[in-house]
Amino acid sequence: MSLLNVENLEVSFVTRNGTSKAVKGVSFTVEPKQITAIIGESGSGKSVSCYALLGLIPSPPGRIDGGVASFEGQNLLTLSEAELRKIRGSDIAMIFQDPMTCLNPYLTIGEQLIEPLLVHRNLSRADAKTRAIELLNEVGIRSPDSTFDSFPHEFSGGMRQRVMIAMALINEPKLLIADEPTTALDVTIQAQILRLIADLQKHRDIGVLFISHDLAVVSDIADQIVVMEQGEVVESGAPDAIFNHAQHPYTQKLLAAIPSGERDSEEAKDDALINVQNLRTWFHGSGKTEPVKAVDDVSFDIHRGEILGLVGESGSGKSTLGRSIMRLAPVTGGQITFDGIQLTGLEGRDLKDFRSRMQMIFQDPFASLNPRMTVYDTLAEPLLLHNVCQRAELDQHIAKLMDDVGLARNFIRKYPHEFSGGQRQRIAIGRALATRPEFIVADEPVSALDVTIQAQILDLLMALGREHNLTMLFVSHDMAVIRHIADRVLVMYHGKIVEAGPVKQVFNNPAEPYTQSLLSSIPGVAMM
Amino acid sequence: MTTLQSSEPADLLENAEMGASLWRDAWQRLRKNKMAVGGGITLLLFIVVALLTPWLAPYSYEAQNLDLGASPPSAAHWLGTDVFGRDVLTQVMYGGRVSLAVGFIATAVALLIGVTWGAIAGYVGGRVDAVMMRIVDILYALPFMIFIVLLMVVFGRNVLLLFLAIGAVEWLTMARIMRSQVQSLRQQEFVEAAISLGLSPAAIIRRHVIPNALGPIIVYTTLTIPSVMLLEAFLSFLGLGIQPPQTSWGLLISYGAETMEEYPWLLIFPGLALTTTLFSLNFLGDGLRDALDVRGSKD
Repeated sequence: MSLLNVENLEVSFVTRNGTSKAVKGVSFTVEPKQITAIIGESGSGKSVSCYALLGLIPSPPGRIDGGVASFEGQNLLTLSEAELRKIRGSDIAMIFQDPMTCLNPYLTIGEQLIEPLLVHRNLSRADAKTRAIELLNEVGIRSPDSTFDSFPHEFSGGMRQRVMIAMALINEPKLLIADEPTTALDVTIQAQILRLIADLQKHRDIGVLFISHDLAVVSDIADQIVVMEQGEVVESGAPDAIFNHAQHPYTQKLLAAIPSGERDSEEAKDDALINVQNLRTWFHGSGKTEPVKAVDDVSFDIHRGEILGLVGESGSGKSTLGRSIMRLAPVTGGQITFDGIQLTGLEGRDLKDFRSRMQMIFQDPFASLNPRMTVYDTLAEPLLLHNVCQRAELDQHIAKLMDDVGLARNFIRKYPHEFSGGQRQRIAIGRALATRPEFIVADEPVSALDVTIQAQILDLLMALGREHNLTMLFVSHDMAVIRHIADRVLVMYHGKIVEAGPVKQVFNNPAEPYTQSLLSSIPGVAMM
Repeated sequence: MTTLQSSEPADLLENAEMGASLWRDAWQRLRKNKMAVGGGITLLLFIVVALLTPWLAPYSYEAQNLDLGASPPSAAHWLGTDVFGRDVLTQVMYGGRVSLAVGFIATAVALLIGVTWGAIAGYVGGRVDAVMMRIVDILYALPFMIFIVLLMVVFGRNVLLLFLAIGAVEWLTMARIMRSQVQSLRQQEFVEAAISLGLSPAAIIRRHVIPNALGPIIVYTTLTIPSVMLLEAFLSFLGLGIQPPQTSWGLLISYGAETMEEYPWLLIFPGLALTTTLFSLNFLGDGLRDALDVRGSKD
C-alpha cells in the first residue's frame, strides 16, 4: 500500500485578474521506503502541489478545487487546520531550500531541536538533549556536543541543511517532503546532502517526496520520477525509463538541456589577450585580523578567442578573481596585462575608455538591470557613453543588438520586471556587447535560470562568442556547464588555482584530489 | 540583420508596445486608494486657492470695518470678522499662502540638501561617509528650538530665514534615509554593471541610484510637509515665526486662542484649515507609501 496517494489534485489561484489553474489533475504516489521526485521548472506547479497537501498554500488566493490525497487512510485535503497541524511536523516533515530562513537566529540549534520534544513528547530536558545530540550525530554533524549550543549563523549552508534535516526527523516522520533542499548548496555539499537523505530514508523506513528543478540531481537517488509542466504531470516512471526512453517531448527537452559533452576546441593558441601575474585581492577586516585572501597569488593567461572556464565552490574566490580583472574589486598586488596594456595602474579617463574593451555579464538578471530603465535606455547608455554611434544611428544600433541577442524588437520600451529571467539575461548580454568588447567576464550567467533556458543562453553565448570573436572568462560552480562551454578550465580552491588545462584533460584525467572530488560530485554522472 | 529589413529604425519606437514602468504601477495602486485621492484633491484645491487668493479673496487684505468689530459668520462675511472687523475668510486665505509656502519651500530645501548629502555619503562610503554622517549626528544633537530662536534673534525675523531654519533641521532625517537607500543600492549588480560600463560616479548616482531611491524619499517628503507646517504654526504661535502685517495659519490660531471664549470662530476656522491640510497630506503620504512599497501592500 502506498504511503501517500495523490489523485487528481486541482489547485487554482483566484486573483483580481481572474482564476489561474496552478495544478491541473495531478496524481502521484509515494511508496514507503522510496523516494519520489517531482521535477519541473519554476511555475510548473511542483511546489504548489506539495504545499497544498499540507494546507500550506495561502488561501485566498489559493484554492483546492478537487482531488484526493490519502495518507494512512486519511484524506489530507479534507482535514481541518487543527488536524493538519497534528500531522505536519510529526507524521509528515518538511525541509526547505534555504535553511537560514527556517531557523530562528536568536536561539541556539539545540534549543530549537529539543523544543518539539519538550512540548509534544514531555521528555525531560536532559533526555531531550541526549536525543537531539544523537540526531545531530546521525545527520553527520561533527562534535554534536558543542554544536548543540551554537547559533545558526555559525554554520555553513550545508551544515544548516543538516540541522534542518535533524529537526525534520526529530518526531520520526513517516513522510519527508524536501523542497529543493540542495539548490542553494555547493556541488560537493549537494552530493553529501543527497547521500544523507538517501541513507536516512533506507535506515529509517521513511518515504521521501523530493521536489527539484534539476533532473540530474534526482537521478541518483529517486525510485520514481514525476515530470511536471504547467500544472500537469506529463510523464512519470523509474529513472531508468525516464532517462533512456523518455516519451513526452517536454521530458526529452529537459534531458537535452542538461549540459553535456565537450566543445570541439581548436588547438590551444598561444596568443595571450590577458596575462595575470601573481594577482592578489585581499580584503582587510576591521582591526588587526588576518586579511581574507579571496584571490591569493594567481597567475594565468587567457588566450585570444577562447572561452576559459573558471570553476570553484562558493568562497573559492572565483567571482572575486573575475571582478578584479574587471577592476570592480580592489587589487592588492600583482599585475593584469590586457593586450600589452597594464590594467592594474589604469585610472580615470584611461580606465573609462578601456572599459569599452571588456564587459561583464552578471549572475542575477533580476538584479543586474536597473528596474527604472526601459530596454532602450539600458542599451542606449553604453552606446552613447563610449560614442559607439551617432545619436541619429542610435535606434539602428539598438535594434541590431536586440536581434543579436534574440529579443523581439517591439519589447524595446518595456521595463525589466516585464521579462522572464531568460529574457532579462539576454538584455544584460546585449548591454555587455553594446560597446563591442573583446573580452567578457561572465559570472555565473546561467545559474539563476531554469535548465531549458540555461541551455538557450549557453548556446547564445557560444554563438555570439564565435560571431564577434570574443574572449571569455566563464565563471561557474557547475562543472557540467563548464565542460559544455569552455575550451580550457581553471579550478580554484581557497583563493588559489589548483589545476589548469584543456577541458578534456582536466575532466578525464584530473590530477588534483580536489578536482576529482568536484567531478565525482556532479549529479547524475551515472545516468549520462 | 537582413531578416528584419522591414522594420526601419524610425519606427522602432513607434511600433513598440509601451512598457508599464514601476511609476505607472504605483500610480494605478494610488488611484485605487480613496483616502489618498481625496487628500490629493483637497490639497490641490488649497494650493489653487492659495495661488489665486489676490483675485478670489472677497475682501482686500487690509480692509477693516471697525464698526463691525468681531462678528460671527454671516452672509457678508462667511467666516465672520475679527476684532478689527477684518474678514476671517480673507485672513485664512492669505494665511494659507504663507503656511503652504513655508511647508513646500522648507521641505524643498530639506529635500535638496538631504538627498544630495545622503547620496554622496552613501555612495562614496568610507571616511567621507563617516565624517558626513557625524556632522548629521552633531546637528541632530543640537537643541533645535534654541537654534531657531538664536537665528531669529541674531538675524531678525524674516520669512526667508524661517524657510532656511526649518529646512536646515528637516534635511537631517532625509539624509539618513537617502544614505541607507544608496548603501543598499550600490551593492546591486546593476550599479556594478554601470561601473564596468565606465559611467562616472555622478552619472551613476543620477541615473541609477537616485531614481531607485526616490520611492521612500517621496513618501517621507509628503510626511515632512505637514510637520514643517506644524512647526511654522508652532513658532508663529510663540511669536517667533511670521509676524504682522504678514499672517499665517499659526499666527491666526494664536490670535484666535486669545479670544477663544468670546469669539470662537477666530480659532475654529484657521484651525480647521490647518488640520484639513495636515490630514490631506498624511492620507496622501500613507497612500504613496502603500503604492510605492509593493511589499507592504496586500496584493
